[in-house]
Amino acid sequence: MSASTSTATPPVYRVTGRRVVRSEWSKFWSLRSSWITLGVAVLFLVAIGSVAAALYTPDGPLGGKDADSGAALTLALAGTNLAALAVGALGVLMSAGEYGTGMVRSTFAAVPSRLPVLWAKCAVYGPIAFAAAALGALVSFLIGSAALHGEPIALSLGDAGVFRCLLGAGLYLGLVGVYGVTVGLLVRSTAGGIAILAGVVLVLPGLTGLLPSSLGDTVSRYLPSNAGQSVMTLHASGDSLVGPGAGFAALLVWAVLLLAGAAYRLRRSDV
Amino acid sequence: MIEVRGLTKRYGDRTAVDGLSFTAPPGRVTGFLGPNGAGKSTTMRMIVGLDAPTGGTALVNGKPYAQHRAPLQELGVLLEAKAVHPGRSAFNHLMALAYTHGVPRRRVEEVIDLAGLHAVAHKRVGAFSLGMGQRLGIAAALLGDPAVVMLDEPVNGLDPEGVRWVRELLRGLAAEGRTVMLSSHLMSEMAQTADRLVVVGRGRLLAETTVDALVERSADKGVRVATGEPARLRSLLAGPGVTVTSAGAERLVVSGLDTRRIGEVAAEHRVPLYELAAESVSLEEAFMQLTQDAVEYQSVDAGRAA
Ligand SMILES: Nc1ncnc2c1ncn2[C@@H]1O[C@H](COP(=O)(O)OP(=O)(O)O)[C@@H](O)[C@H]1O
Ligand SMILES: [Mg+2]
Repeated sequence: MSASTSTATPPVYRVTGRRVVRSEWSKFWSLRSSWITLGVAVLFLVAIGSVAAALYTPDGPLGGKDADSGAALTLALAGTNLAALAVGALGVLMSAGEYGTGMVRSTFAAVPSRLPVLWAKCAVYGPIAFAAAALGALVSFLIGSAALHGEPIALSLGDAGVFRCLLGAGLYLGLVGVYGVTVGLLVRSTAGGIAILAGVVLVLPGLTGLLPSSLGDTVSRYLPSNAGQSVMTLHASGDSLVGPGAGFAALLVWAVLLLAGAAYRLRRSDV
Repeated sequence: MIEVRGLTKRYGDRTAVDGLSFTAPPGRVTGFLGPNGAGKSTTMRMIVGLDAPTGGTALVNGKPYAQHRAPLQELGVLLEAKAVHPGRSAFNHLMALAYTHGVPRRRVEEVIDLAGLHAVAHKRVGAFSLGMGQRLGIAAALLGDPAVVMLDEPVNGLDPEGVRWVRELLRGLAAEGRTVMLSSHLMSEMAQTADRLVVVGRGRLLAETTVDALVERSADKGVRVATGEPARLRSLLAGPGVTVTSAGAERLVVSGLDTRRIGEVAAEHRVPLYELAAESVSLEEAFMQLTQDAVEYQSVDAGRAA
């Protein structure tokens, strides 16, 4: 019984960034939970968006608005917050989940420099979350458009800004996926990570009301959830939202901060 | 080759590994032996860079493990704690590790067969028995065709057939010139697998020795003799370097002479013997003595320090 390969010359293996990405890709798709959670996120987007559009009546809460208000997009993207929870939770599962199962020891024994794993997880999951969310948003919008056909708020895909908003929804959720991965690495607990993420997406925007109003408004605008709203809203109205460019920049800054924190923790702590 | 120098790990005020130094050379099976809590698993985690040492260094083939370009080709490890996602199949688990190094699928299939996991390769690892999980861990350790194989308590949970498989595997790997290191808290297990021994207790090195040396050391504990004429035999055996002690009415314990010589003397002088046996301490006892000694040294040290 021999443990060596049949080849005469020993093979030359090597860890590269691309290979770590390939590994993370295969890890992602080889777990049933990935498919289910990603499916749930898309389902939230499509189902909630289509139902919201189907329930629209001109004398409902959005009555009296015109197409330019972007109400059709608001309806189509009504499921974004819930989808963000699912997408973020899956990101937490990808990272903190490995600590829970112990898989992390195999992962870092194979890639002991550790940081490539962080980059690879984000490079794999960010685009997957983006693609799933952008697709979900598009489908939701198209179903909604059919339902809203002939209504005053109806928009079509070719209308100015519509495409940007749908893309924005994808980008926001793609980055929420990255937030999930990094928060998971920071807290190393699936339950804790998901709770933190839910808090940031759903609860935190409400809490800024407790700050002095001028400061509270400023902070609130740049929170991930509101910055996310900015990138997928047709016309940012009033004080609550910044423009899409500034919103996207804020989302990126959050991602960079979280990545830096996760990288620091990864390098400094024992596995 | 594994070279550990002055390795120390403290968790808070608890010292798990305390200035440990030893070498595991190529071509040999080095047994890493010590009671539970001696710091074996911690040492192994530090060797593969999962835990950072508080002090000292651990080199794998001349470099810290994390600085190798293909770590899995330098050293394959089986850790004591679980290191697999239960929702993944054995095949997918190994593929995920293989991808990081560009290890081909063919090699993954090879180690699956080698570990006898062929039938269950596509089942979820969560449904595996302890023994199958252990086999998967060993398959993962061999994945990169590594020059060093380091296994933490590899026979845990294995059936007798599996235990024999691990023994033969490890001996085979060493015979191929690889460095093999395995840990255990059971001396009996080591005696059958390892040639060299690194014995630790409370995080410290107690002995770096060979199984043979330990056997020798434990063997020379005297010869038990039973005879109807103990007083006469006693005077016949007396000589320089020989001590004879009485152990009952008809019993003597002789040290300094082997069974053969005692038998000859007795036959020459027609002293009837009822029993003649080398009194040996079992390896297990020798190991216990070693670890007990260490505990004593430690309290002496503590006394000196205070
Ligand atoms: N992560 C940790 N945090 C705190 N203490 C630890 C940790 N890992 C191990 N220890 C302690 O270090 C000592 C050595 O443990 P270990 O290396 O597992 O010993 P062994 O493998 O020889 O049984 C034990 O007392 C254990 O409780
Ligand atoms: Mg242990």
